[in-house]
Amino acid sequence: MSATRELSRRGFLRMGAAAGGLVFTLQLLPFGQRSAAAAAEAAAAVLPGLSPNLFVELQRDGGVIITCHRSEMGQQTRTSMAQLVADELEADWARVVVRQAPGDPKYGDQNTDGSKSVRLNFTRLRQAGASVRQLLHLAAADTWQVPVAECSSELGVVYHRASGRQLGYGELVDRAAALPLPEPASATLKTRDQWRYIGKAVASVDLDDVLHGTARFGMDVQLPGMLVAVIARPPVVFGRVKSLDDKAARATPGVVDVIQLDPPSPPVAFKALGGVAVIADNTWTALQARGKLEIDWLDGDNGDYDSGQFMESMVATVGKPGTVVRAQGDVDRALAGATKTVEAVYRAPHLAHATMEPPAATAVVTAASAEVWACTQNPQAARSSVAEALGLKPEQVVVHVTLLGGGFGRKSKQDFVVEAALLARATGKPVKVVWSREDDIQHDYYHTISAQYLKAGLDAEGKTIGWLQRTVFPSIGSTFNAGQVSPLDFELGMGAQDNPFAIDNLRIEKGEAKAYTRIGWLRSVINILHTFSAQSFACELAQAAGADPKDYLLQLIGPARTVELPDLPVKYANYGAAQAEYPIDTGRLRHVIETVAERSDWNRKRKQGRALGIAAHRSFLSYVATVVEVEVKADGSWIIPSVHTVIDAGTVVNTDHVTAQCEGGTVFGVSCAIGAISFREGRAQQSNFHDYRVARMSQAPRMIDVHIVPSSAPPAGVGEPPTPPVAPALCNAIQVATGKRIRDLPVPLRL
Amino acid sequence: MKLNVNGESHQFDGDPAMPILWFVRDMLGFTGTKFGCGMALCGACTVHVDGAAVRACTTPVSFAENKRITTIEGLAKGDELHPLQKAWQQHNVPQCGYCQSGQIMQAAALLAKNASPADDEIVSAMSGNICRCGTYTRIHAAIKTAAEELS
Repeated sequence: MSATRELSRRGFLRMGAAAGGLVFTLQLLPFGQRSAAAAAEAAAAVLPGLSPNLFVELQRDGGVIITCHRSEMGQQTRTSMAQLVADELEADWARVVVRQAPGDPKYGDQNTDGSKSVRLNFTRLRQAGASVRQLLHLAAADTWQVPVAECSSELGVVYHRASGRQLGYGELVDRAAALPLPEPASATLKTRDQWRYIGKAVASVDLDDVLHGTARFGMDVQLPGMLVAVIARPPVVFGRVKSLDDKAARATPGVVDVIQLDPPSPPVAFKALGGVAVIADNTWTALQARGKLEIDWLDGDNGDYDSGQFMESMVATVGKPGTVVRAQGDVDRALAGATKTVEAVYRAPHLAHATMEPPAATAVVTAASAEVWACTQNPQAARSSVAEALGLKPEQVVVHVTLLGGGFGRKSKQDFVVEAALLARATGKPVKVVWSREDDIQHDYYHTISAQYLKAGLDAEGKTIGWLQRTVFPSIGSTFNAGQVSPLDFELGMGAQDNPFAIDNLRIEKGEAKAYTRIGWLRSVINILHTFSAQSFACELAQAAGADPKDYLLQLIGPARTVELPDLPVKYANYGAAQAEYPIDTGRLRHVIETVAERSDWNRKRKQGRALGIAAHRSFLSYVATVVEVEVKADGSWIIPSVHTVIDAGTVVNTDHVTAQCEGGTVFGVSCAIGAISFREGRAQQSNFHDYRVARMSQAPRMIDVHIVPSSAPPAGVGEPPTPPVAPALCNAIQVATGKRIRDLPVPLRL
Repeated sequence: MKLNVNGESHQFDGDPAMPILWFVRDMLGFTGTKFGCGMALCGACTVHVDGAAVRACTTPVSFAENKRITTIEGLAKGDELHPLQKAWQQHNVPQCGYCQSGQIMQAAALLAKNASPADDEIVSAMSGNICRCGTYTRIHAAIKTAAEELS
């Protein structure tokens, strides 16, 4: 293994040097001991293999290269996409190498967000594998002059059982090359019981490289002659340089240049933020020299942004009637006639993505071309953004996708890639743009800030008979349309319009809010704030009714049924999927709640200071219920001894990675509950991990029990759905433990 | 000055204040040691200097003169993985993988000092290392497994 690793590393250096920096082995990331030989041979192959389609390359030595067109950020998409192809191809996993696709529309959707890689590719990639397998059967039948129906295959070998003959896939390459590829859509797919890799806990193809420190992330790209840039960006969005003194920076040994970048014009979109770039021959020098820049900034219109004052303006907005986005029954009459009414305002702050790898991108630009290497979630957007910034055609731009050290939606935005391209053009050299943690925290596309107003009426039996919810937050739409002050349809469909409760009188309203910073999507997006408010409020109603929160939640949801949302004033997006295929199924929602209650032993009385809280939510077409156990100490500090979570994501491709996403999504949910970004004078007030709090091992659950509901339903999302229930479940637990209801996030570490 | 990294000696004539992180990454190409915060707040850059865990992002190379620096690339003994690397494999710990070099180096220094740490000692020793993917429960379990292996 180490020999191959060494070969791989040396090969990387050698190839980089030999090709003037334009060849980079990231396209072929070898993995695992099992694939060592295949990887080495693949890297050294002189004769190209046969590529019957975009996703499969058959090598003459029997190796199989599978192309992954989705970006890897920890969800193990490189493994699961390869599992889909390899299973139907009946490839030998030990001979499979995964190649990362560049950004190119020919691969179809490469925008790796929205928890949709498996959903969008589940059938398509299996067909890609199955049609190549059929091609190999045809090639073998042709060779042996037997009917194709008599050929079968297993683990990279085609058999003719009747005559005892066999040929490896590699031996069939030349024969297969002369035959047309069977139509993928008509390829016969395996039945579920025949699946070899799908639904199994196959280890990550990148595990071995990670453990050796040889996995290549965007930050790790090194090209011969490469310069490193760090940028002092305007502290306020749309701010600009008023005056600059760069003498000290330029005088620093190792500094090559100081270059001003123009500020963007609205909308901010994926444009570079502008500022002053320091270009040096190594990262440390660039960082040091940036600190010597003396810059006066003109802040512009966003310079007054104060998130505390802004929150109060949103609270005022939710206090007034808004625009109806869903209504049934007569809420006003129900509330007026209720035995008891309950109302609450929930506040949630901006959050930063804080991927462990800050954004980084490397570019080489000529008059008629650009080549970039970036940790991007959306390489096609990187390509078009770079093309637009440089005045090139997209076809003139090549985008190589590295591994991503976390994404969470941050790396869907291409500003950092554009910066690298602009600076590579300006210097005429390969340039890597490195973001520091301060850059990352202070120039994010932030998760939005929000206020929610909820009011409900209970009848004499404690049943909720009316539900009013008003939601207000600056929209992601503002990033792409500067005048956007109202939520987009898809944002309303994340936990507001799609309320699954069986309440006869229900009304959801939206209000307006302007954005004063860049607003982006963060793992599970608007579900974070809507689930926090709705699932906290459900628990408040249970307490008002004197009922058990889990029982009351099930009562609110009502019987198993499909929630129809016809004729809404604003169309329900359903995550881009047809409701016929992916309905809102309260039976599945009930089931995850009942299962998590059982697994967490919900009814067992906990010892003094400990308490449970529950929350459940359907998002990205999957159903998740979570029980958080909290222990509050005498000094008000708290820990999470355990979390139980149950997911119904339909058909799953890799059970261990779904479990890992549920664990990680739970920890991410804790971070969403305890973190906050605030603004004063248009500037983010936090800058690094000392003041932007994310969950460390000490705050993370000590134990996370994950159960995946066995299902043959169509595959749904996995990366995001585990996150939304965590904050409300935590706050519901804290309320039981202490009597304190937290309606304003973040949750303090000392209650 | 002379700097020993993963058993090999390197001459360095640059700024002695340069953090070890940028020396091993930019000068030697050992990119397994990661840049996460630059302020010793996240642990992604953790390496060993004479066997002790240090945050390479804030430790100048001058500190390591005449000492041995070990990065993740030097943790395994040839083909023989460190027990923690094996345990990491067994528990499928990494998600994105970016912080894992630092996590493993931090855990290795812990086990070198304390071969069978209690649960709370693990939490305390590892809470300087952030993982945004949230692999903490697996990190904890893998450290326990490696500790058992070692004892």
